[in-house]
Amino acid sequence: MTTTMTEPEAPPAEPGTPPKAVKRLGDRIFSGTALGSGLVILVTLAAVALFLVIQSLPAFQADTSDNNILKGESFWTWVGPIVFGTVWAAAIALVIATPIALGIALFISHYAPRKLAGVIGYVIDLLAAVPSVVFGLWGALTFAPVLVPFYRWLNENLGWIPLFAVDDGTATSGSGKTILTAGLVLAVMILPIMTAICREIFLQTPKLHEEAALALGATRWEMIRMAVLPFARSGIVSAAMLGLGRALGETMAVAMVLAPSSLVTFQLLSTVNPSTIPATIALRFPEAHGDGTATLVAAGLILFIVTFAVNFLARWIVARRAEFSGAN
Amino acid sequence: MSAPAAAPRLSTLTSGRLPQGMPWILLAFAMFISGVVFALVNTTGDPAQFNIAGTLVLGMVIYLVAITVVSSIAESRRHATDRLMTALVAGAFVLALVPLVSVLYTVVVEGFARMDGEFFSFSMRNIVGAGGGAVHAIWGTVLITLTATVISVPIGIMTAIYLVEYGRGKVAKTITFLVDVMTGIPSIVAGLFIYAVFSLFIKPGISFGFMGALALTVLMIPVVVRGTEEMLRIVPNELREAAYALGVPRWLTILKVVLPTAIAGITTTVMLAISRVIGETAPLVLTAGITPNLNVNLFDDPMMTLPVFAFFSYDQPGVDVQAYLDRAWAAALTLILIVMVLNLGARLIAKIFAPKMTGR
Repeated sequence: MTTTMTEPEAPPAEPGTPPKAVKRLGDRIFSGTALGSGLVILVTLAAVALFLVIQSLPAFQADTSDNNILKGESFWTWVGPIVFGTVWAAAIALVIATPIALGIALFISHYAPRKLAGVIGYVIDLLAAVPSVVFGLWGALTFAPVLVPFYRWLNENLGWIPLFAVDDGTATSGSGKTILTAGLVLAVMILPIMTAICREIFLQTPKLHEEAALALGATRWEMIRMAVLPFARSGIVSAAMLGLGRALGETMAVAMVLAPSSLVTFQLLSTVNPSTIPATIALRFPEAHGDGTATLVAAGLILFIVTFAVNFLARWIVARRAEFSGAN
Repeated sequence: MSAPAAAPRLSTLTSGRLPQGMPWILLAFAMFISGVVFALVNTTGDPAQFNIAGTLVLGMVIYLVAITVVSSIAESRRHATDRLMTALVAGAFVLALVPLVSVLYTVVVEGFARMDGEFFSFSMRNIVGAGGGAVHAIWGTVLITLTATVISVPIGIMTAIYLVEYGRGKVAKTITFLVDVMTGIPSIVAGLFIYAVFSLFIKPGISFGFMGALALTVLMIPVVVRGTEEMLRIVPNELREAAYALGVPRWLTILKVVLPTAIAGITTTVMLAISRVIGETAPLVLTAGITPNLNVNLFDDPMMTLPVFAFFSYDQPGVDVQAYLDRAWAAALTLILIVMVLNLGARLIAKIFAPKMTGR
């Protein structure tokens, strides 16, 4: 209080500039700590990049014969197939999850009764809370065996499509542990975040646009197509990209469903499948040492750069829409 | 059904529309046909061989065709499209429920086998095959998660306070943006980062509990920041202005007015953040390590955690595979129970202690 009383003594600055606020010690400490915490985040992100670069340098040596991960190969021929696998698995997940996420989001925002919508939103959030290792167990031990007859059917009836063909022999995977299974599990795991963002954006459609469409005699679907979807287009794109970021970085579901390999194939149902960067790191980390570890760190650095770019782009698309804030 | 009652006074408004209950009747009809088809295909005559998934999928396809055809005859092409999309949207929702129900059901059924006293009182020291438990993993999970929470909650809340109460201009914008980007860091990269730091400064290949806690901190901070920020923003500005008008300094206003108002929401956020990181596996494999022994010292020797325990039991089973899988499922069930309790508790706190926004 005393500081406020003494304030009038401070002569007002030149007219035109606002009067200077009093800086109290408590305020300075408090805002300093707050700013410091914020800067911790900046520093952390920079440190992540820095330390990954430092630790991955040994992986790029020309002679890799004593590197127990590369075993004489060059780094780029080793990392190529798993980069492909990462992108391929994430793409499968995205293709499956996007239409379903859109459907659920529309169901919550425009179809379900108001009271039910809240419950459904909670159920979908519950899906997000299930730990990834549980999804991995479920995918490998429960889901994969169930899919075996379905895969056989796909191969027999749609085998002329290259995706469903099988090169080695004639049989599809007997355990059901294929890249398609991994993609399906990933799709389930990225559904919640995509649904949450789409729902958020659908709900922001101007009510007047919707009512105008309905008043002109549009059916509910026509209203959605004419008023909701055009409004939400950029939001849908960024939701898909965030989902892609999640799928790229997801480790356990892939590590538990697929065995480590270095294969490049588009076949979805074969016994041998491509692997992904995070799964390879998790599965081979215990056996790696020295330069081998550096190799895995280098693979992680590539993953970091790719996901950073994808997320950056997604957030940038969202940030352009100033009125939208609830991305998470 | 109201359709027969309404029929006598047929008005132009309701004519050319399908009766209200019609889609449901069609759906039941489609499912019935599909069921009959699969019952005929099922030549074994064994009811256990009946293909339920196939029945539902075929039934849905029949329904989609039927509702489109019926609607385009009775109503119009536009209404047919509308009904088709309604069915597809509702179908997407039902489809999403399938994995959720299946996951929960499997984990409960499979995990129940080993939810016994031994599981919660033994570690895996000197155990090969059946028996043993996860008490070391439970201790590890509790200690590591607690440490991560203690570190990340103050940093997260202070950052949120900076962003909401102090932050202006470029710095605040950059931090908001980077927090968003940081939420997307793959968890395994966070683990690699901590591993890289410690192997550079201490020695390569080192792993102990505190490293795991730091890796989880990297993942937890952005979640806490986003949630707390959201909660601080809904504190009414009138409250702050009232405090300023009474001459209360800014920091005291935050401490005594803003934070108490938002405390329920912040608690919820923290609990949800804990439930998010408690199931993280990949970063802990790289940092906290793998061990069969009970270790409660965060700063020395590897420390087991529940998710890593589940992963390791599945990935590297010993001679008696089923015993290892049973333990993995039991660990998964324990984990799910913890997460569900945290989630439900968080919602409950949010509901009970939510600040009353009306009637001020």
